[in-house]
Amino acid sequence: MTDLSPAPRRAYIEVEDLSVQFPTEDGLVRAVDGVTFSIDKGQTIAIVGESGSGKSVTAQAIMGLVNARTADVTGHVWVDGQDIVGMTDDELRKMRGSTMAMIFQDPMSSLHPFYRIGAQLTEAVNVHNKVSKKEARDRAIEMLQKVGIPSPEKRIEDYPHQFSGGMRQRVMIAMALINSPSLLIADEPTTALDVTVQAQIMELILELQQEYNTAVVLITHDLGIVADAADQVAVMYGARVVESGVIDDIFYKPEMPYTLGLLASVPRLNQVRADRLDPIPGNPPSPIRLPSGCVFNPRCVYKDRVEGDLCATERPALLPTDLGHMVRCHMSKEDREAVATIALGTLGRETA
Amino acid sequence: MSEIANESHTAGDAVLRVTDLQMHFPVRSKGLFPKTIGQVKAVDGVSFDVQPGETLGLVGESGCGKSTTGRTALRLLEPTSGKVEMDGIDVTRMSAKDMVPLRRKAAMIFQDPYNALNPRHTVGAIIGAPFAVQGVEPAGGVRAAVRELMDRVGLNPEHYNRYPAEFSGGQRQRIGIARAVALRPHFIVCDEPVSALDVSIQAQVINLLRDLQDEFGIAYLFVAHDLAVVRQISHRVAVMYLGHVMELTSREELYSRPLHPYTHALLSAIPVPDPRAQKNREHIMLSGDLPSPVNPPSGCVFHTRCFVAQDICKVDKPVIREFEPGHQVACHFPITEYLGSTLIVGPDPGLTPESDLEGRQDGDPMEQAGDSDLIHEPGTNYTDGTDSLIDPGPGLWR
Repeated sequence: MTDLSPAPRRAYIEVEDLSVQFPTEDGLVRAVDGVTFSIDKGQTIAIVGESGSGKSVTAQAIMGLVNARTADVTGHVWVDGQDIVGMTDDELRKMRGSTMAMIFQDPMSSLHPFYRIGAQLTEAVNVHNKVSKKEARDRAIEMLQKVGIPSPEKRIEDYPHQFSGGMRQRVMIAMALINSPSLLIADEPTTALDVTVQAQIMELILELQQEYNTAVVLITHDLGIVADAADQVAVMYGARVVESGVIDDIFYKPEMPYTLGLLASVPRLNQVRADRLDPIPGNPPSPIRLPSGCVFNPRCVYKDRVEGDLCATERPALLPTDLGHMVRCHMSKEDREAVATIALGTLGRETA
Repeated sequence: MSEIANESHTAGDAVLRVTDLQMHFPVRSKGLFPKTIGQVKAVDGVSFDVQPGETLGLVGESGCGKSTTGRTALRLLEPTSGKVEMDGIDVTRMSAKDMVPLRRKAAMIFQDPYNALNPRHTVGAIIGAPFAVQGVEPAGGVRAAVRELMDRVGLNPEHYNRYPAEFSGGQRQRIGIARAVALRPHFIVCDEPVSALDVSIQAQVINLLRDLQDEFGIAYLFVAHDLAVVRQISHRVAVMYLGHVMELTSREELYSRPLHPYTHALLSAIPVPDPRAQKNREHIMLSGDLPSPVNPPSGCVFHTRCFVAQDICKVDKPVIREFEPGHQVACHFPITEYLGSTLIVGPDPGLTPESDLEGRQDGDPMEQAGDSDLIHEPGTNYTDGTDSLIDPGPGLWR
């Protein structure tokens, strides 16, 4: 096993056993439960999952945006050697916007409607740098130019409502990258946009990532975007990472039944496999009542391959199955590979 | 299957026929005496028909008029001009009262399963409402009919007295579907029925819609922005842009041999969940955003973003015409050569084996070989035998 474990080297971003719990009247909501992954500068990790799987809360915890008064955050988020968890508000404020920045899903509600975008962009510069008004403004115009806003010296005087959805998302990206952060978190950055605009925005993010050598955490539910943009993938289900690895491992050699189900059930643009899709039965779990044992066991069609009721009683660990490829499943490796062939065989895809 | 749909286009056959439909919304000035100062041309001269038992996909980006078209086709909106025929009967100017008996033949499934159901009505009351409204007394009573419907769409009939809030998104969409099929309509307008649902639930609902179509012979007008979902369910597909149908053809044609530059761009813009294939695809990047439908561009509405536009496109609006049999396109310069944008790597069920390999980008050899035994003919049963929709899941969790 030792040869499979990752080298004892610190990646630029290292999320270690991160858990976020919200005590509510209905019970404890485990939004994130022991999430671990790491990512280097210039790399993109995609966190994929359905609504309620905990991917957005993971992103917020990395940014230190989870309110410590209402939530219980444990574990570590190492950004360049500094632990975000346990930082004071002041320390966090220094990190946010300069070392790390975030792009949100809805560009309309993330920009202040009453302020000109110029004011909002220069504020981001002024908070972290001692610069003159002129310099801040020049920097804002330069950034707008870079994200492809035509005649930025004029548009800088405009209000958010004067921009289209795609243009607003460009402004958001300009604001996020104005202090050249080394970590960018993009939480469903294109979900609110049309596909032709989505393609533009994704290309812009990847282009700027190369220019600034940024580490990108991309939160999405769209496997197409993952295939397009990610180097690494962490699949989340029921607040846990159930499978992680490099992109080719996840798409061509998946071993966790949930990943298999996801890949087999999503309709594809480039092929119609059969007239019926092969869906995952049942519904995603509630974060208040996560199933015991493996969170996926009530929907898993392969659980009879595991002896006894291990799947329903004991929580499987996230273990390496191959170099850099981690799987959370009780099945033996032979069984996991066998069910992958069964599940993806209907896809007509090579699994080897 | 689409061949059947394309051939028999005799008038009166179609469950829905829309001719030169226009739906303009007035833009009024503010102030004490508002004046109409413009028109939002949401739908601007759209013609299509839906054959019995067929699914016509209506795709496009937000603001292209696809939802408005769906609503106007059901006379939920008063069309500005044009003609809407249901089962051969012109309903364009029919009074609401005269429409009532026709409403039995058509239904609608909405996008948002949270807002389309009355939170204060029980599931039984919601699904039973069409019987009450139409004064239909099914054999065995409404209650038995509703329970049967619930069972049919994969809900537990024991949950008759529960409220929508107790159900997950996917289950609520099933409630909406049960209500829509209650009176065995001839056709249903599905307005983005799966886009609010999680990926793993989408497939369940798509399968359910297909099964109900096979069982009851319902025709769908399937409005959606997701071209992959539309490909899975549609027999024919119409691509809309800024109130116009740009291209209308069979599913096989549209995804393997698109003609309109917009269709090419749209298909190439959608990332496929297959990293190797995705890296090999050619991307046509459209510049800019959708123009405003208040002030659409002159000539071809797409010319401002088109990568093959010539001077004529700025002045002369292309009329939708039959470029090839069964393949309509509204473009002066349809793209007939292969651009690599569509990337068909697996044969479509329903394609003839000899026609489906030309102009292909290399895909997995496995993918090209598979599936040919899964060709679906209308009326035949699906062969893979999976029946996942009767699985209400581990409870009423969300």
